[in-house]
Amino acid sequence: MRYTETGFQLEIDLTRGSIDKVETDPRETALHLGGNGIAAKLLFDRVPPGTDPFSPDNLLIFGNGLLNGTPVPGANRVAVNTIAPVNGLMGHSLMGGMFGPELKLAGWDRIVLRGKSPDLVYIAIHNDKVEIRDARHLRGKGMHDTSRLIKEELKDNRAWVATIGPAGEHRSYLASIDCGNSSAARTVGPVMGDKKVKAIAVRGTKDIHLAHPAELWEMCSRLRKELDANLNVGDWMATDEDDSFHHNNFSWGNARVRRKNFWSKELEERWRNLKYDHMSRQTGCWNCPKACHNVIKWPNRRRFSYKCYGKDTYHMAAFQELDFTYEILPIAQDLGLDSYSTPQTIAFALELLGAGILAEKDFPGMPSGIRERFYYLLHKIAFREGIGDILADGVSKAAERIGKGAEKYDHNTVKKFEQLPIKLGKLNPAYFLMIATGEDMAITQIEGSFPQDPIPDPEIREEFIKKWVAVPDKKFAEWFRQWEKRDQLPDDAMVAIVDWNECMHYLDDSLGFCGFVSSFRGQFGGATGYHVWNMPQIITLASGMEFDKDRLWKCFQRNRNLVRALNARLGLRRFMERPPEDHWAVRNEEYEQQLLTKYYDFKGWTFDGIPTKETLENLSLGYVAEDLIKRGILTGNEATALNDVRAKKEKN
Amino acid sequence: MDNEGKKTRIVKDIKVDTTKCAGCRACEIACSAFHAIPKFSSVNTARSRIMVVMDEVRDIFVPIRAGDYAQAECNGRNVYVIDGKEYDECTFCPASCPSRDAFKDPDSGFPLKCDMCEDVPPLKKPMCVEACTFGALTYEEREEVVETEPQKFGEMEIGLKTLIKKYGLKKVMDTIARVSKE
Repeated sequence: MRYTETGFQLEIDLTRGSIDKVETDPRETALHLGGNGIAAKLLFDRVPPGTDPFSPDNLLIFGNGLLNGTPVPGANRVAVNTIAPVNGLMGHSLMGGMFGPELKLAGWDRIVLRGKSPDLVYIAIHNDKVEIRDARHLRGKGMHDTSRLIKEELKDNRAWVATIGPAGEHRSYLASIDCGNSSAARTVGPVMGDKKVKAIAVRGTKDIHLAHPAELWEMCSRLRKELDANLNVGDWMATDEDDSFHHNNFSWGNARVRRKNFWSKELEERWRNLKYDHMSRQTGCWNCPKACHNVIKWPNRRRFSYKCYGKDTYHMAAFQELDFTYEILPIAQDLGLDSYSTPQTIAFALELLGAGILAEKDFPGMPSGIRERFYYLLHKIAFREGIGDILADGVSKAAERIGKGAEKYDHNTVKKFEQLPIKLGKLNPAYFLMIATGEDMAITQIEGSFPQDPIPDPEIREEFIKKWVAVPDKKFAEWFRQWEKRDQLPDDAMVAIVDWNECMHYLDDSLGFCGFVSSFRGQFGGATGYHVWNMPQIITLASGMEFDKDRLWKCFQRNRNLVRALNARLGLRRFMERPPEDHWAVRNEEYEQQLLTKYYDFKGWTFDGIPTKETLENLSLGYVAEDLIKRGILTGNEATALNDVRAKKEKN
Repeated sequence: MDNEGKKTRIVKDIKVDTTKCAGCRACEIACSAFHAIPKFSSVNTARSRIMVVMDEVRDIFVPIRAGDYAQAECNGRNVYVIDGKEYDECTFCPASCPSRDAFKDPDSGFPLKCDMCEDVPPLKKPMCVEACTFGALTYEEREEVVETEPQKFGEMEIGLKTLIKKYGLKKVMDTIARVSKE
């Protein structure tokens, strides 16, 4: 018997209309855990390089984290993976809520979609009963109506429906896949639209078995209470009314303007009232004691919910206030547009208009008010009408298509992916490495475990270190003890810190943990819910697989290197690993390159950022090394980065 | 039992505050795990005896517990408006009923009913309440006065009384003494 996982994946070929129940190999679970780890393996094995993301050969995978659906609180994230149209690399997005656990209750660890349906369909899953059903009547429908109509059709109000809106149907790169209050944003939405899958409805009534029931339950009950009481975990943005941090420090408009003195007490009070006058309640995800979603009922709008920085993106892009976000977000969400990249793309387009690169004639009938212009462009993008057809490809691709110097205005993307608009004065080595090398393709990048700032008071600092359970090795505590200025730590420390940060994200994404109770929450206060010391015991109790910290760390390294190898095969190279030119005012090109080399070396990668044969072999990824050698991406004789002649030149 | 034909008993109840429910389904998970055999060996919310009726757009979050089995679906399809929100009658209905698959064991189809997690030794509070960190569910024990009916005579008593009336007490007792010796 398989514990915590069902042992089956649902494979659907939309071209042929075939539906297969495929038993999976438990040895792969032991190697890759689940989520994005197993997805990377499937993409590596089945999608050869050169495959057009919009070809039937691309896969779209909805993969449960290993611990989803178990009593482990805060484990519910399903990883959605594909080869992303926006940059041709592995696309990775996560959604919490109920979809993943419900899928597991239906008896499936993951769904693997391939092929392309001749016309719009939706997939209905009720345990072993899986149907591909006609969805032509749902064409152009918003998220909410699609979900409601499907539940009515299936006569099942308890089903969970993951759906795309018009934006996804039109293969917009800004499209997301939503289910209830959760959303897998960007990279994956356009592929679902391309496969002509409007929605996936899931209902499950099967058992998820657990290996060591009583001990696991005891541990989870304790963890639930701890997470509930721990103010460091969960989404502060759901409850903290002082949002001066984002508004004073992040850039507005097309990631261009900083308003350092924007926030005031008067504003805070006004926004607090605005929120509580319209908030129905706060909601959570499956089995999580944190309620991170604010549910808002705005006049003349359908009730909706938001979380995290999604609260700020629209009004900051439009230089408006919170009421604008509350007004536009329910419309944008229903069209199936992501709330990070969409406002940036709209602000980018309006900036091009101001700069004369785009002309009035490109925006026929556009109103003059800024708010109205956002609505206008929202609809143009969702339905790919006129200029919206170009903008639907996101900032980077749109700049390329527009030409005429528009590329200069694409100044907030890495690997063609819109980033948080954080423009700093000078380089912070750890932040540089994270934003340059992260392949999460998610807005959080890979920060989160190591604190963002040093603690000046030695007593408080020692107190912090004493309580710092999450730290995987005492060297981190030692570095923290020495740390005085934010950007000043030895390079070795910076490199190891980034690696730890990254480790936690990869573990979360393969186990199903939400970053808000795990990888993302050590950076403030240190006391996060999950770390490399309690994760192994949880895995053992739930799955029966014996785990310890070292074995877990190796799983991270394996998944990390597999993703890197997959992306290297898809064309990712060192020169692409750079933040936007204006990301900090003073650039130190030489130092950045040295850091990159050191980081690659630490990771066991070549000077070009590709895992060496030895690195891959040590992680039971010999077949990956063989493949890279066969394709001429590796020779098999490369040394790690610092031992490369180019690195030696770098030093001189 | 007191003299006035009344007695008190402990009534166990779970109170629901729908304004506090965050829709996390921890109650469903805890219930299904507790009732799994062996205990906590599996999670299956479809086996849970508590269910959160959820609809974000209408802001409806109502945890209901399984009550008695209803043999036929009711005619009631009333809509109630509470605090400006429209609720279907089913939203509050705890019945395992032919018109829906709630509160039926997914394998056997048998109805499920909340048993307040009776256990040996008894739990401090039912599992769903224990799991609800939002305070939407609270456990309550209250004393309730129950009227007791006046004592009724058994069949044999009625028979004897009739015999005594007819033959007199002495004759009846003599007869019983003689018969019991035979």
